[in-house]
Amino acid sequence: MAQPKKPVEDVEDVAIRFAGDSGDGMQLTGTKFTESTALAGNDLSTFPDFPAEIRAPAGSLAGVSGFQIHFSSEDIRTPADEPDVLVALNPAALHANIADLRSGGMVILNSDAFTGKNLERAGYDEDPLPELEDRYRVVEIPLTALNREALKDLKLSTRDKDRCKNFFTLGLMFWLYNRPIDSTLRWLESKFRGDVLEANLRVFKAGLHFGETTELFPVSFTVPKAKIQPGTYRNITGNQALAWGIIAAGVQLGRPIFLGAYPITPASEILHELARYRHFGVKTFQAEDEIAAASATIGAAFAGQLAATTTSGPGLLLKQEAIGLAVMTELPLVVVDVQRAGPSTGMPTKTEQADLLTAVYGRNSDSPMPVLAPCTPGDCFTVMIEAFQLAVKYMTPVIVLSDGYLANSSEPWLIPDVDSLPRSEVRYHEDPKDFMPYRRDPDTLARPWAIPGTRGLEHRIGGLESEENTGTVSYVPENHERMVQLRAEKVARIAQDIPPIEVNGADRGELLVIGWGGTYGAISSAVNEAREDGRDVSSVHLRHLNPFPSDLGEVLARFRRILVPELNSGQLRHLLRAEYLVDAESLSKVQGQPFKVNEIRARIDRVLAAGS
Amino acid sequence: MAAATTTPLKTKDFVSDLDVRWCPGCGDYSILKNIQKVMPELGVPKENVVFVSGIGCSSRFPYYMDTFGFHTIHGRAPAFATGIRASRPDLSVWVVTGDGDGLSIGGNHLVHTIRRNLNMQILLFNNRVYGLTKGQYSPTSREGMRSKSSPQGSIDYPIDPIALALAAGATFVARTIDVDAPHLQETLHRAHAHQGTAFIEILQNCVVYNDNEWLELEDRKTRISSALSLEHGEPLVFGPKGDRKGIRIHDGVPSIISLRDGDDPVSHGVATHNESHRSASYAFALASLSRPEFPLPIGVIRAVEKPTYEAMLHAQVDDAIEARGPGDLKELLHSGDTWPLS
Repeated sequence: MAQPKKPVEDVEDVAIRFAGDSGDGMQLTGTKFTESTALAGNDLSTFPDFPAEIRAPAGSLAGVSGFQIHFSSEDIRTPADEPDVLVALNPAALHANIADLRSGGMVILNSDAFTGKNLERAGYDEDPLPELEDRYRVVEIPLTALNREALKDLKLSTRDKDRCKNFFTLGLMFWLYNRPIDSTLRWLESKFRGDVLEANLRVFKAGLHFGETTELFPVSFTVPKAKIQPGTYRNITGNQALAWGIIAAGVQLGRPIFLGAYPITPASEILHELARYRHFGVKTFQAEDEIAAASATIGAAFAGQLAATTTSGPGLLLKQEAIGLAVMTELPLVVVDVQRAGPSTGMPTKTEQADLLTAVYGRNSDSPMPVLAPCTPGDCFTVMIEAFQLAVKYMTPVIVLSDGYLANSSEPWLIPDVDSLPRSEVRYHEDPKDFMPYRRDPDTLARPWAIPGTRGLEHRIGGLESEENTGTVSYVPENHERMVQLRAEKVARIAQDIPPIEVNGADRGELLVIGWGGTYGAISSAVNEAREDGRDVSSVHLRHLNPFPSDLGEVLARFRRILVPELNSGQLRHLLRAEYLVDAESLSKVQGQPFKVNEIRARIDRVLAAGS
Repeated sequence: MAAATTTPLKTKDFVSDLDVRWCPGCGDYSILKNIQKVMPELGVPKENVVFVSGIGCSSRFPYYMDTFGFHTIHGRAPAFATGIRASRPDLSVWVVTGDGDGLSIGGNHLVHTIRRNLNMQILLFNNRVYGLTKGQYSPTSREGMRSKSSPQGSIDYPIDPIALALAAGATFVARTIDVDAPHLQETLHRAHAHQGTAFIEILQNCVVYNDNEWLELEDRKTRISSALSLEHGEPLVFGPKGDRKGIRIHDGVPSIISLRDGDDPVSHGVATHNESHRSASYAFALASLSRPEFPLPIGVIRAVEKPTYEAMLHAQVDDAIEARGPGDLKELLHSGDTWPLS
């Protein structure tokens, strides 16, 4: 760590946004800052926000890539509504992000990039800096020149040298917030060799040194350790947690994992991650398309694997016919949908929660299946184990709805004790005596999992309607109605496994804010703030979207007003109204961005004001 | 695969109790009977046999086999079979599809499954018409075919299943005929013995919507002139005594030459059938032989060896376990940067 000679001030809570061109390495800069911040013992939450284009035109607004990190000595649940510091490596990054900066916040910018041509590309008619200085603390640093100067005697091209400047920036920010440098040094040494390693190490340290010597920063800051639950922590993103949850399900349920997937943003990392863990017996299959991915997964489930298929919205639609077959043949598998802004291709790298209705209803005919949603990156791990447990216990496909925000965001995650993870025994049916493929367990209504290779259990299943118990193809009208009811009743019975709802705040009162999925952090932060200010508001966050918890109706009835914040046009509200005949109102946001705490808080205050 | 049963299986052991419901006279009856005849001869315990199908008349097939069976969705049977075979290489997997199911809606999966060379058999019943939807032209229907959806004649150019399979890199490609029981059975044996995807086009008669489409090949009297029987190492000759002809292949382009009785075909330039030719060009030349200009090749067109997808997949799992030890969840969760907080 740099030896600070300048004064150091304690601050409770900081949010920094790193922004630059998509080729400037902002995601990496953010990730390294995050790792170090986690090691410093702060609570944190991150939000990477990047364009879908791999390389948009240099210097353009379309090519701006951002990474926001919020870290604190207190419990935090969101990446923060407004950053306190904006690091902008070019005019486009400034233009795209300045509106979000807290009034009076700090802008650190690369003054070398503020040339006529770059300003023009960023859509500025004139130099924006003079005007900014009225509202923000603007720190202009000739990053490009300082970076080149630090590397002047190295035999690298200017282009290669310039590519290191994100590490100069990182070094400077490490100094400014007194971050531990060891993990970053280790990472650089493992990642690079020779001159490139030397260059990155040198500019990283030059950045630290610059902070200490420049007169631009009179003080540096520390954020004291947060008081978090004791244990061993790591950073985890939602996608990584989903992948590890799948592996954990295989271990805890004692059966091999099969993943069928087709690359799609923002779900591909789950496939990448699982492909690295073949030593867990994980078999990944990159299919020719979404339909084949789902079909192969169902085939693997038929053959006795714990099978999953991962996708995002458009892919879910392609899979739905196959999923309908899994509903009909009552095979256990898990379908993960990392939701993104739609419809159609929409905005692939941007988040949304608008696949709820298609998950619950989006197959032909009456085709019920359970739907679960994790609420934090770390929760993505837990939800996968639960999804597999339900799938095999009830012999049903299960949909897990993550989203683009959870997928890429990270948080410090208390590593669970493996011995405390849920375990369950998965049994294949083996007894040929009186075997019938659709004879149901009286409690769960599950049919037996009778896999090929088991003597005496030869049988045929398929998409045609089956006779109750025997599974023989049947067109008998009453049988069809009976089977439709049985399939529905089976999914409905999952409610018996759902624990009672935990209400955040008072369990009755004026206003209940109810949400689901990745909006948990924003909703609970807003509700807790409002409660601290004496407002009569509570919140419930649903993990089970189908079936709903059996006590949901009672909980709703204990509140006079119901508010449903969602990153869609009101889909959960629709379900709640249909199911419980409550006059729930919607707080809808469909901008491809997560909720800000203030947006929810403002609505809570408005609703309460109107009601009083 | 060791036979697990003590008494040898018989044909009737593979007959399910469901009444067969194809139209009277359908070519599928003959195919079903021959497969049920061949099954006990393969030495595979029937609990290890899985028949997978999509949608269409042919896709009813699994219901009539007393094995494991999965009647899936339209066109996707090869993908379901991929999941089964990739995860369970101990199973003998058979895909039954048709020209609509396999070449139209499911063309993509057929291509990619063949490309990956999973060890399974794909039987494509080609009757050049949609039967179950009551008589529309299919991707293999001849140009100009009049059907319910093409009353003025089809304006689609047909696709050739054999050429498509070869283009996908098939390691085993054969063509046989629904009613030619000995040849059909022999082809099924060959397909099962092959390590990799075995693709068989079975010329099949739809008695209701496209009757007698293959009559000249099904009828023994005309078959000798209309079919080119392929035997590995034998010259490509056809035609009755007194009207013998041979196939020459020059620069990849086939042509017909006439032979007199007693002529040695090879010395007259007739090609010798080599099903394991390293280059697929020869097989493509065979695939290009079509009626009525040429006789239609019947038999094994190509048979070469390549590692299978599932063998390589499971080898990767084994290698990973050997290199890193069996996966340990605790170790995984604690890998990379972690930090204790007390």
